[in-house]
Amino acid sequence: MPTKPKIAFYWCASCGGCEESVVDLAEDVLMVTDAVDIVFWPCAMDFKKADVEAMPDQSIVAALVNGAIRSSEQEEMAHLLRRKSHVLIAYGSCAHTGGIPGLANQFSREQIMKYVYEECPTMVNEQKTRPQPHFKDGHRETELPTLRNWVRALDQVVEVDYYIPGCPPPPALLKNAVLALLGGKLPPKGSVLAPNLAVCQQCKRNPSKPQDISLTEFKRPHEIIADPEKCLLAQGLPCLGPATRGGCDAVCIEGNMPCTGCFGPVDNVHDHGAKILSYLASTAAGKEEKDIIKTLEGIPDPVGTFYRYGLAKCLLRGKIHASGQSNKH
Amino acid sequence: MSESTTTAFEPRIVAFFCNWCTYTAADLAGVSRMKYAPNIRVIRLMCSGRLDPQFVMAAFAKGADGVLIGGCHPGDCHYVEGNYKTLRRVTLLKRMLTELGIEPQRFRLEWISASEGDKVQRVVNEMVEQIRALGPLDLPGKHRNWDKEMEELETHVNHSQKEIPAHAH
Repeated sequence: MPTKPKIAFYWCASCGGCEESVVDLAEDVLMVTDAVDIVFWPCAMDFKKADVEAMPDQSIVAALVNGAIRSSEQEEMAHLLRRKSHVLIAYGSCAHTGGIPGLANQFSREQIMKYVYEECPTMVNEQKTRPQPHFKDGHRETELPTLRNWVRALDQVVEVDYYIPGCPPPPALLKNAVLALLGGKLPPKGSVLAPNLAVCQQCKRNPSKPQDISLTEFKRPHEIIADPEKCLLAQGLPCLGPATRGGCDAVCIEGNMPCTGCFGPVDNVHDHGAKILSYLASTAAGKEEKDIIKTLEGIPDPVGTFYRYGLAKCLLRGKIHASGQSNKH
Repeated sequence: MSESTTTAFEPRIVAFFCNWCTYTAADLAGVSRMKYAPNIRVIRLMCSGRLDPQFVMAAFAKGADGVLIGGCHPGDCHYVEGNYKTLRRVTLLKRMLTELGIEPQRFRLEWISASEGDKVQRVVNEMVEQIRALGPLDLPGKHRNWDKEMEELETHVNHSQKEIPAHAH
């Protein structure tokens, strides 16, 4: 019997939603398991790191890695899977652009550790104990992974061949990717395996989008009951559709919620957040600085809004701290 | 900027000037033999409204210590509305950059008409002094430094682990 191509799944700093999206293939998951051998999938199958280490280099046809890279363990697994796989695919927003975990790049590691282990209201830790990478108890020694200073997208750690975007990616994109992989019909290396068009182009409400949008007030989704037919941006909601890659069939907008940008930018955009800022700010009405400032105050958290899924891939990569981690020379 | 560690720090400022007003003003300053600090690298745009916020992010990421934007005074835009778009974008971008830890003095918007060569001189000199006081931003150096934390593991996985470990269970 000929051996089937080997596939691996792995998760790093992620929520589990990407694993869920594999299961969301429903009956198609049988098509996948018929065609390939899953040799590693910690969420669902009992294979260990040592099993992967024992495989010859490049013997896995494709590894789909989701989650951002924050700890030394995730980093090591990314290197290991890169070495053992022919094709490495960044699966989901976190692996693609840093995702929600990437928002941690607004804080230094010390700020995070101090809050979590000392200042957090639900924490009782009088000795201010912190997890240690090495621990010795008699003759037993254990090691814990360490937290890196920065959250990184997968391609900031290892070379990545393809990206499947989304939080989580729709099952159709995964299915198409697997079919392309098995059929040897993959696009050029480095491609995002989703259409290169904006969410607006797939949005059913696009005809109601005015030529010129001029807003005197930005609204937040909980403040209004949005008209379910009309363009959300025209209703004052900061919908990120115009600057975000489609391929999701604009499902959030169908649910009457504005796009939050999980698919990342289209090709040729180097900084997704800057591009969002560009169009969103220019929709603010007024010509006087004070009016403009007032309107733009309706976006209380620019970093969290424009880089919700992509702070790790922002050209600045996160907040530049005056002292501490970023100034070590 | 690595050379700044050996010699005195000289701020490097990327300036985006609109063709019709500020760039012409910079020309006027030159023709009028006005002296100003040589720290700016001017990029001419047809309109300050052409300024994509990505340009500013890229300038900082590639080693600029400051970014200066010059456009026509409100009401004077050659394309009628371009500089209002600049004002809207720059207002929000400045807020965002401050949140990302870039000091507000490093990013400046000025309206400078074609006849205001002296304003180019004043603004550039002022900005250079402010940034000199702040010190280098040096993002490329910082980025390189941040990634040093990954070198050890990469070597470990890709070079030292040639043999299959014995404890494979």
